[in-house]
Amino acid sequence: MSKRRSDWQSRPQNRVRQWFHNGFLALDDEIINQVTKETLRMDSDSEMDKHQEMLDSHRHERTLALERLDQYNIQAWANTRGRKALSRIYVTISFVLAFVMIFFLLRTVATMPRFSDPNAPTNNEVMARYIEKGLEETGAVNIVAGMILDYRAFDTLGESTVLFIAASAVLILLRIDRRKDGTPVQELIAAESDDRHYEPRSDRILQGSAKVLVPIIFLFGIYIMLNGHLSPGGGFSGGSIVSAGLILYLDSFGFEKAGKFFTYKTFSWVSFLSLSFYAIAKTYSFYCGANGLPSGIPLGTPGAILSSGLILPLNIAVGLVVACTMYIFYALFRKGGL
Amino acid sequence: MFELLYQNIEQTVSVILFGIGLTILLLQRNLIRKIIGLNIMDTAIYLFLASMGFIGGRKAPIVVDGVTEVSAYINPIPAGLVLTGIVVSVSFTAIMLALTVRLYRRYHTLDIDVIALLAKGEDA
Repeated sequence: MSKRRSDWQSRPQNRVRQWFHNGFLALDDEIINQVTKETLRMDSDSEMDKHQEMLDSHRHERTLALERLDQYNIQAWANTRGRKALSRIYVTISFVLAFVMIFFLLRTVATMPRFSDPNAPTNNEVMARYIEKGLEETGAVNIVAGMILDYRAFDTLGESTVLFIAASAVLILLRIDRRKDGTPVQELIAAESDDRHYEPRSDRILQGSAKVLVPIIFLFGIYIMLNGHLSPGGGFSGGSIVSAGLILYLDSFGFEKAGKFFTYKTFSWVSFLSLSFYAIAKTYSFYCGANGLPSGIPLGTPGAILSSGLILPLNIAVGLVVACTMYIFYALFRKGGL
Repeated sequence: MFELLYQNIEQTVSVILFGIGLTILLLQRNLIRKIIGLNIMDTAIYLFLASMGFIGGRKAPIVVDGVTEVSAYINPIPAGLVLTGIVVSVSFTAIMLALTVRLYRRYHTLDIDVIALLAKGEDA
């Protein structure tokens, strides 16, 4: 009987009960201690005491924030008469605004040319030019690829730059770094313990399916990237598929294994080289085109994999930027670093 | 008017989706839901653009058997515009979510009104 009772303490039900009861705090402590031990590579408990203070301050900060919420007494504040009237007016104005907007947009839609009408004003000489001369001038069987990576290549360079800048901004906002002497800051330990808490490691089922799926996803993504000028697809879609494979790998095998081939260095070098290659290649071809010079880039036979001049390397560059950006978004949102 | 709207059912649906997204953006106080509303508005725009490029009975703009006549393919331009839109929407969604994470770390709430209240209390 007594054995049963002591056993009962460590049972899952009890842990769940504890979890509900203490609002994550009890389980958090356990995981934070474990993670601190691992990140600092400390074995003895005496060294742990030094960091107890840090953890206490972290916890203290959290309770302070929650207390501050209570102190302001949000519920009472939201229920004051002036506040209620204000929110009612706001809701009414929002609904009226939305309905007026939908009404006017629907009136516009009703006057627009019929859906799938070949004589609609959008189907004008620009479209005719792209379709009639696209294959001849760019060598790409896929007219959309020829359009976005040849006629409008400058626009696509801007898009890749927007992605890169977004990745940099998210990096600035969310990256948690170590101190200069290599010791982790308390946010890093908190992020690590959160990651441990919500993302359990070494899941057999996930790893088994990832071993089968990740190579197939990579192959498919690379195929879409390389066939951008021949079939639907291209750098953006292929890059997102490759990054989906990377994220699946990271999810199933953890940050340590993924960090062996993808670090901040990889991200910055791959993005930098792809973007600068794109910029230089397109500068060259725009310069030649504007001055009426022959660019010297063979267009090849339409339909072959090595054809259509610069479109294939540009697709690869765009795909690499997209894959790196999406992967780093995921890593930063999950743990604040690679 | 309803008959005309029914003829352009894709555009009608996209306009209504846009309105739904706008309403979510205005009325939800949770920051993540506001971002979802913005994304619904984006999706409505993609649907609108894609439906503008479609021409009945024609094929996707990928040259088959060397046929380069205008009457054989649909309009390729909206596809390129949708691509630009998707990339920009992904970027701004990521930045807004990162800002939301920072706000949550500081104030431990996602309610925009409460965050404004707490920030006002900090200034005083």
